[in-house]
Amino acid sequence: MEGIIINSLDFPVLTVITFLPLAGALLILLMRNNVLIKWIALLTTVATFIVSLPIYTQFDKTTYKMQFVEVHPWIPAWNLNYTVGVDGISVLFIILVTILSTLCVSASWKAIQEKTKEFFISLLIMETAMIGVFVSLNIFLFYLFWELTLIPMFLLIGIWGGSNRIYATIKFVLFTLAGSVLMLVGIIVLYYAGGKTFDILTLSNAIYPHHLQLWLFFAFFSAFAVKMPMFPIHTWLPDAHTEAPTAGSVILAGVLLKMGAYGFLRFSLPMFPYAVKLLFLPLLVLSVTAIIYGAYVTLMQNDMKRLIAYSSVSHMGFVTLGIFTLNQNGIEGGMLQMINHGVITGALFLCVGMIYERTHTRMIDDYGGLSKTVPIYVVFFTIFTLAAIGFPGMNAFIGEFLIISGAFKANMVIAAFSILGVVLGVTYMVWLYYRIVLNEINPATKSQLSDLDFREITTLIPLVILVFFIGLQPGVLLSYMHVSVDHLLEHVSAENLEVYDSITLFGRYLKEIIGWV
Amino acid sequence: MDGYRSPHYNRLGDFMDLSQYFTSSDITGIAPEIILTLTALVVLTLEMARVNRPGIILLVAAFGFVLAGAAIVQGGAGDKILFGGMLYLSKFSMFFDFLYISVGLATMIISQGYLEKMGSESRGEYPALILFSVIGMMLMTRANDLVMVFLGLELLSLSLYVLVGFLRHNLYSNESGLKYLLLGAFATGFFLFGAALTYGATGTTNFSGIASAIAGETILSGVYLFLGIGLLLIGFAFKVALAPFHMWSPDVYQGAPTTVTGFLCTAPKAAGFGALLRVFMVAFPEIISEWKDLFWVLAALTMTVGNISALVQSNVKRMLAFSSVSHAGYLVMGVLVNDGAGISAILFYLVVYSAMNLGAFAIISLVEKDEQEVVFEDYRGMASRNPLLSVAMALFMISLAGFPPTAGFVAKYGLFSAAIENGYVWLVIIAVLNTLVSFYYYFRIIVNMYMRNEKEGLQPSMRFLTAGLIALFVAAVFLLGITPGYLLEITIDVATSAS
Repeated sequence: MEGIIINSLDFPVLTVITFLPLAGALLILLMRNNVLIKWIALLTTVATFIVSLPIYTQFDKTTYKMQFVEVHPWIPAWNLNYTVGVDGISVLFIILVTILSTLCVSASWKAIQEKTKEFFISLLIMETAMIGVFVSLNIFLFYLFWELTLIPMFLLIGIWGGSNRIYATIKFVLFTLAGSVLMLVGIIVLYYAGGKTFDILTLSNAIYPHHLQLWLFFAFFSAFAVKMPMFPIHTWLPDAHTEAPTAGSVILAGVLLKMGAYGFLRFSLPMFPYAVKLLFLPLLVLSVTAIIYGAYVTLMQNDMKRLIAYSSVSHMGFVTLGIFTLNQNGIEGGMLQMINHGVITGALFLCVGMIYERTHTRMIDDYGGLSKTVPIYVVFFTIFTLAAIGFPGMNAFIGEFLIISGAFKANMVIAAFSILGVVLGVTYMVWLYYRIVLNEINPATKSQLSDLDFREITTLIPLVILVFFIGLQPGVLLSYMHVSVDHLLEHVSAENLEVYDSITLFGRYLKEIIGWV
Repeated sequence: MDGYRSPHYNRLGDFMDLSQYFTSSDITGIAPEIILTLTALVVLTLEMARVNRPGIILLVAAFGFVLAGAAIVQGGAGDKILFGGMLYLSKFSMFFDFLYISVGLATMIISQGYLEKMGSESRGEYPALILFSVIGMMLMTRANDLVMVFLGLELLSLSLYVLVGFLRHNLYSNESGLKYLLLGAFATGFFLFGAALTYGATGTTNFSGIASAIAGETILSGVYLFLGIGLLLIGFAFKVALAPFHMWSPDVYQGAPTTVTGFLCTAPKAAGFGALLRVFMVAFPEIISEWKDLFWVLAALTMTVGNISALVQSNVKRMLAFSSVSHAGYLVMGVLVNDGAGISAILFYLVVYSAMNLGAFAIISLVEKDEQEVVFEDYRGMASRNPLLSVAMALFMISLAGFPPTAGFVAKYGLFSAAIENGYVWLVIIAVLNTLVSFYYYFRIIVNMYMRNEKEGLQPSMRFLTAGLIALFVAAVFLLGITPGYLLEITIDVATSAS
C-alpha cells in the first residue's frame, strides 16, 4: 500500500489508546464501590493521555504519509482489514480527546450522584469511540466508531441531563442518525465504485466520475453537516448542549462537532474534489450564514449554556469557512480553530457547570457580581471569555486570523461578512461577562456560591495553559499539519476547476443544470 | 441395479417390495425427522404416564434435538435427492435445520416455568408441538416439490395454531389462536390453489420439473402459471407477514404466550424465507428476474408499513410484532437480489435476527405479569432495579435498530451492500430511512428503562436457565457484531452452493 509508514514505535500505540478506555469500562463493570469507580475512570483517562504522548514526540512532521499504521485482517470475506494510522490532519485531535476526557472525569466527580457506574462506563466508551473515529484508516471501521459515539452520548444526555433531557437526546440521535444512515449508503456505493475496498487511502486516490462525486458528496455531507452542525440543520445542538450534563456538553462541543469537520477533510475534499469545487460558493455562503445567524441568536439567549451552545454554531461556521476556502491558510486556520474551540468552549462549559452545581440555575438573570463573591472563579472565566472573543496572544486569535485571511483570498465579499461574526462574538461574550461577573451582586444565588476548590482549579488549569500555549506558539501545532494540508491541497487542485473565479463557476452550474434537464 | 427402481415400472408381483418406494439412503436422509418424531412421541407418552416434571420433559426434548443435530451432521454436506425427488438435502437445508433446532431448543428453555407463571399447568403437549413444528419447518426447506412444501407448511401451521392458543384460560390467547387459524387457513388455501394451478400449467409439482417445463416452453397455459406463481407468493407473503398480508401478525403475536411469540417470529419466518428462496430459485429461476418490480414494491411497502405501525404501539409485544414485519421487509431485499451475496446476507440476517428477538422475548417473558398487558411505561425505572437485565434488553434493542458494533448492524449492512451491488440504491435509501424511524420505537424501551424513574414497576422473576440463555444471546449479538467473519464464511459457502 502506498502512502503508509508502518509503525515506527514497535508498539501498537494507536490500538492501545483506542481500546484502553474500553478496558477501563469493562473493569468498572465489575466494580461496586463508587469511589473506586471514579478513581479507575480517572486513572484510565490519564493513562490514555500519557500513552498518547509518544505519538507527538515520534511524529515525523516532514511527511504527509500515514504513521503508526497497524494493519490486521478483520473480515476477509468482505476484504475488510482493521487499519489504523494518523497523519497531520488527525494527529492533533487525539490529544484533544485524551485531555478533554480526563477533564470530564474530573469535572463529574461530584456532579454525578446516581448511576455512577453507568456514567463512567458511558464516558469511557465515548472516549474509545472518539479516538477510533480519528485513527480509522478504514471506512467501515470509521463508520463503526462514528455510530458508536451516538449511544453513550444518548445515555449521557438522557440519563444525567436537565429537565428536558429526553426530548433533547432523542432529537440529537434522530438528527445525527438521519445524516449518518445516508452516509452509510454513500459508503457502500463508494465501496463498489472504488473497487471493492474499504481502505481510505485507496479510495482517496481513486478518481470518480463527476456525476457520482456529486451524489456521494451529498451522502457524506448529510452526515458531516449535521454533526458540525452547519446552518439549517443545527437545531439539535442548542437542545443537546443545554440539557447534557457538564461532561456531555464538553465532549459534544469539544470533540463530536469536530468529527464532522474532520470528515470533510478526510473524505469530502480528497475523494470528491469536483463536487467540493463545484459547490464552493454555496458552501461558503452557508458557512458565513452560520457565523452571522449563530452570533445573532447567541445574543438573544438568557440561559448561559444555551448561549455558549449557540456560539458554537457561529464558531463552527468559521471552521467550515476555513476548510472550504480550499487554501493553505484557510484549512490550517480551520483545523487550529477546531482545537481552539474544543479548548475554549470545553472550558466555558466546565465553568458554567461549576456554578450550576452550586446554584442549580443556568439563567443569566440569577447571577451578577460574581467578581465580588467568587474571585478565583472569575479569573478563569475572564481568561476563557477573552480567549473566546479572539484576544491577541490567546489561541482563538490565531485561528480566526488565518481563516479570515484565507477567506479574503477566496472571496472578498464572504470574508467581509465573516468579520461581522467576529464583532458580534465580542458583543455577546462581553455582554454575558458584564451581566454575570460585573453588575450588582444578585441576592438570589449569593448564599449558594462558594469559590472553586482544588479539584476544580486543577481541572481548569490545563486548559488555561493550552489557551496561552497555542496563542503564543501556534507554530508548534501548525507544523504538525503543514505537510499533510499541502498534500491534501495538491490532491484537490488536480481537479481542474477554477473556484476563485465566480463567473466560471456560474458557467459550470448552467452546464450541470442543462445536463440534468 | 437392484437398489432404487422407479415406481413407474412396477409389476404386480413387486407390490409388497418396499424397496421400490424408498431405499436405505432415503431413510438415513430423514433420520433427523424420525428422531424428532420419536422424541415428540416419547414426550407425549411421558405426559400420559404422568411424568410431568418439566425438567425431565425438557431434558428428553433437548436430547432429541441434540440427537437430530448429530444425525444431520452424520448425513454429510453433499447434495442428495431423496424419495424420487421429493426432498433435496444440501448445505442450504442443513443450515436451516440447525437454525430451527437451535431456536426450538432455545424456546423450550425460555418456556421453562413460563406457562406456570401465566396460570397454566405444565403440559407435555407444549414441547411436543414445538418438536412437530420443527419437523414441519425442516421439511419446508428440504422440500423439492410443492406438495412437500405444503405438507411441511401444514405440519408447522397446525402446531402453531395450538401453541398460540395454549393458555386456555387467557382470552387473548384464545382469540389469537382462533384468528391465526382462520387467517392461516386462508393463506394455506392460497398456497394450495397456487400449487394446483402451477401443476395445471406445467404438469408437475417437482421443482426441477417445473423449471425445465418453463425453460423448455412446454407450459400448458401461461395464464395458469402466472396465477399459480402469484398465489404461491401470496401464500408465502401471508406466512412471513409481508405487507399487505401482515394483518394477522400483531394480534397473534400480542395474544400468544410470549415464549411462543418469540418462536413464532423467528423460526417459522426463517422457514418461510427458506422455502420461498428454494421455490423461486429452483422452480421459477426466470420469474424472479421478471418479477423484480413486484419484489421491490413488496420490500419497500413491508418495511415502511411495519415501521410506521410500530411507531404508534403502546404494547411492547405488539411493537415487536410490527418490527418483525419491517425486518421481513429488509429480508425481501435479499430475495430481490437473489444472488450469492443476497442469499448469504439473508442467512446471516436470519441467524442474528433470531438471536436478538429470542433474547428480547425471553426478557419480556421474565418481566411479564400474569394476565396483564405489558406497555412501555411498565419498564420505567427498571435499570435501577434490574441493571443486568436492562443492559441486556437495551443491547437487543440497539441491535434490532442496527447500531454498530452489534450483530444487527453487520446483518443490515450485508443486505444493503448486496442490494446496492445490484443497483437498488433507492430501495436502500428507503431502507435506511426506515432504520431511522425504527430507532425511535426501539429506544423508547431504553428511555423508559433508564431515563424515567419510578419506584413501582415490573418485578422480573428470574429463571436460571433463561438468564443463562439471555447471557448467551448477549454474547452472540456482540461477537457476531465484532467478528462476524466465522458465520459469514459459512453463509457465503452455503449461498454459493445454493445459487
